[in-house]
Amino acid sequence: MHRGTASGLEARSATEKMTAQEVRLCGLLLQEHFGEVVEKVGRNLLKSGTQNLRAIVHETGLSVDLVKKCLCVLLQHGACSFIQGRKGPGSPTEYRAHCDRLLRILRYPRYIYTAKALYGETGEIIIEELLQRGHMTMSSTVKTVADRLTQSMEEGSSMDYGEVSTIFSKLVETHFLQRCPPAAGATGGSQTAALTPAAPASSAAPTPESFPDCYTVPQVKLIGRGKRPLASEDGEDQRNAKRAKMDPETHGDEGIYWQVNFERFHQHFRDQTIISAVANKLDQTSGEIVRTMLRMSEVTTSSTASCTKPLSANEIFRSLPATSNIPRHILDQYLTLLVDDPMEFVGKAGESGGGMFIVNLNRALANLARATLESIVQERFGSRSARIFRLLLRKRHLEQKQVEDFAMIPAKEAKDMLYTLLSQNLVQLQEIPKTPDFAPSRTFYLYTVNQLPTARLLLQNCYKTVANLMERRLFEAKESKRLLEKSQRIEAILASLQASGAEPEQLTEVEEMITAPEKQQLDSLRLHVNKLDSAENQVDETIFLLESYISSATKSTS
Amino acid sequence: MRYSAGSIKLLKRAKVRNVTVVKLFTVLHTPPYKEQFTSRRPVLHRGADMAGKGRGVASFTFNIDALGIGRGNMPEARVGPSPLFPRTEFKPVPLKGGEEEDYMLALKQELRGAMQRLPHNIKDRSNKAEVEKYTERYLKQLELNSEDWTPDWNLFPKELMPQSKKRRIKKATTTKNVKKLKEDKANLLSKLDELAKKDENPEKSDDETEKKAEEDEEIEEEEMDEEDIEEVNDYIDSYFDNGEDFAADSDDNMDGEATY
Repeated sequence: MHRGTASGLEARSATEKMTAQEVRLCGLLLQEHFGEVVEKVGRNLLKSGTQNLRAIVHETGLSVDLVKKCLCVLLQHGACSFIQGRKGPGSPTEYRAHCDRLLRILRYPRYIYTAKALYGETGEIIIEELLQRGHMTMSSTVKTVADRLTQSMEEGSSMDYGEVSTIFSKLVETHFLQRCPPAAGATGGSQTAALTPAAPASSAAPTPESFPDCYTVPQVKLIGRGKRPLASEDGEDQRNAKRAKMDPETHGDEGIYWQVNFERFHQHFRDQTIISAVANKLDQTSGEIVRTMLRMSEVTTSSTASCTKPLSANEIFRSLPATSNIPRHILDQYLTLLVDDPMEFVGKAGESGGGMFIVNLNRALANLARATLESIVQERFGSRSARIFRLLLRKRHLEQKQVEDFAMIPAKEAKDMLYTLLSQNLVQLQEIPKTPDFAPSRTFYLYTVNQLPTARLLLQNCYKTVANLMERRLFEAKESKRLLEKSQRIEAILASLQASGAEPEQLTEVEEMITAPEKQQLDSLRLHVNKLDSAENQVDETIFLLESYISSATKSTS
Repeated sequence: MRYSAGSIKLLKRAKVRNVTVVKLFTVLHTPPYKEQFTSRRPVLHRGADMAGKGRGVASFTFNIDALGIGRGNMPEARVGPSPLFPRTEFKPVPLKGGEEEDYMLALKQELRGAMQRLPHNIKDRSNKAEVEKYTERYLKQLELNSEDWTPDWNLFPKELMPQSKKRRIKKATTTKNVKKLKEDKANLLSKLDELAKKDENPEKSDDETEKKAEEDEEIEEEEMDEEDIEEVNDYIDSYFDNGEDFAADSDDNMDGEATY
């Protein structure tokens, strides 16, 4: 199967159904980024699982060519994959959409921002281009990025291809970019291709990492500098574009496509979250120590490990950054403090070498998720309900009377709060019978909270929240569509006037075409849209945390 | 005391044995001991009706104290569906503001705008019949690079390649071919196919730049064209303006059709 699901950590089995909230959110994301036609096709695929081309055409009612184009777009971005000949030779190709890959679109700004923080503007633009186009060859990426950077530089200077290539190679070395798995099943429907098993029941999709050349940069000679776009008329540009297409330059890396490695970014985010949590709870120095430990274990720890390899205190001391002047005994004290902390971020694994220490990744994620759940309950239902929730999380099963006593809340209010939490499904009731017939007078009724199902429930709530935010934003934009178009036209006119050197009176005259109340309306609209957009970004942080916790918890139990 | 039918039968049968009748009588007609002293008529004792209906008292099948809720503490019964937008007692925490969030916000909006201008964003242009708004013309001119995307067919299944090559015959060449083949009507279609395939390869790249433009429109035009080929008519076929130049000339096409 070409282009297996994103990775082992967050992959979903083919039979797992998408929830209604996820389908709704994916539909909205497709609509915003790829247009309504692709949205129809994508939604159809998401709802009905695997389908072949004719079925999609029949169900969506679109023309065959449009559906083909949409499928190409989805395949290009890795949101869809195809299987050929599943039911034996001669059966039609079937397509399947990947919901989790589509949900990543929410996180694109975070990826780009991280790339900027790590590799500067060049890295940022490389990641942005790759995210926008799905997958590209190295040469085309380098050229496009150089052109873009040249545009933003001053007149006369341009970006060298070599610089961009170096940053590209660095990204590949640190595994932020990876090669797309080569297309095995696309060659003429042959099932005997070397890379895919010939049996129709091939369930294991080759992940990108299973290929040995995943992170090898091809030997490509790219010499040149970025080009500025010609400031000519539109017609000329079109003709230039056509001419450029007529003589394609080959650089020897045709067929090798690169895509963004989301898993690596997620690892990075997870590490960042742990470091900032430690820094918030203890202090900056302990954050530095944990950062050092995580940096040292980047290469030795696989992405699915539950904790890092043990590191001795001596090694940690040697690898601390030179700027932090932490003497040896202070380091030891900090390490002891970290180990004793109830959040269990760092654990002690032995005594050799001054003490062997590990970072408990799974435990840390579970604790962070727990803190998120508690904070959600606190913000929704008040601090006393949060107290009851925390109590139930720690003590597992409690009777009504015990809840009242431990939480130190009067009986009536405690019952009220428990009812509210129960009706929201955050708290469950567990029946323990004394007799084989579950006679109500002879059964214990215990309140309990299960962290994993509650996390799943709140994750679905988050998806619903983001979908609601997007719909509201689209609604607001649609309401003021006329006004927005008018302001766009006026900006275009202003820009052209300024380019052709008009006088200030003309400019003010054009600006006055928008009346003051309209300006006010535009400002408030912009404020609302910005707020909604920003809210989407921040809900995505919670989504990331809950998703990581759920995948780490299910992976460790499976 | 009313005797049931069955008891009368028993009485009749038992007339023979007087002793047993007396015993039967006492067994059958002894009212429940409670009622013996309270009332004369045997009242059907309802007792604890399990459903608790008709009495107006909330009664339960289990010991309510186990849940810790007393009779007086029950919440009020619901009078209707819960409100669609319930009042929230706790307002949400304000959003994080700061440089990082502002930058990510700007990134997100730029990314959205950029992706909407890419060729990946497929617009449904099937409703060409409507008169275009003047503004659309401005917006169209911004979409310069909208048609320049061809995927790498090595990675994608072959069936997704646009199959309309056979119909993608340029109008000018078809008309020439048709004129040549007018005498040989039987081989008309097969020769057309051959020639179309020959024409295909060098013009593939051009075709692909155009095909992603108004496809629906050109299918319409093709249908019209085929009618022209089949009929022997007096219209000058070269007069017909085929959709070779895309996007900006779509308006001209409409005008072209209207002239004849």
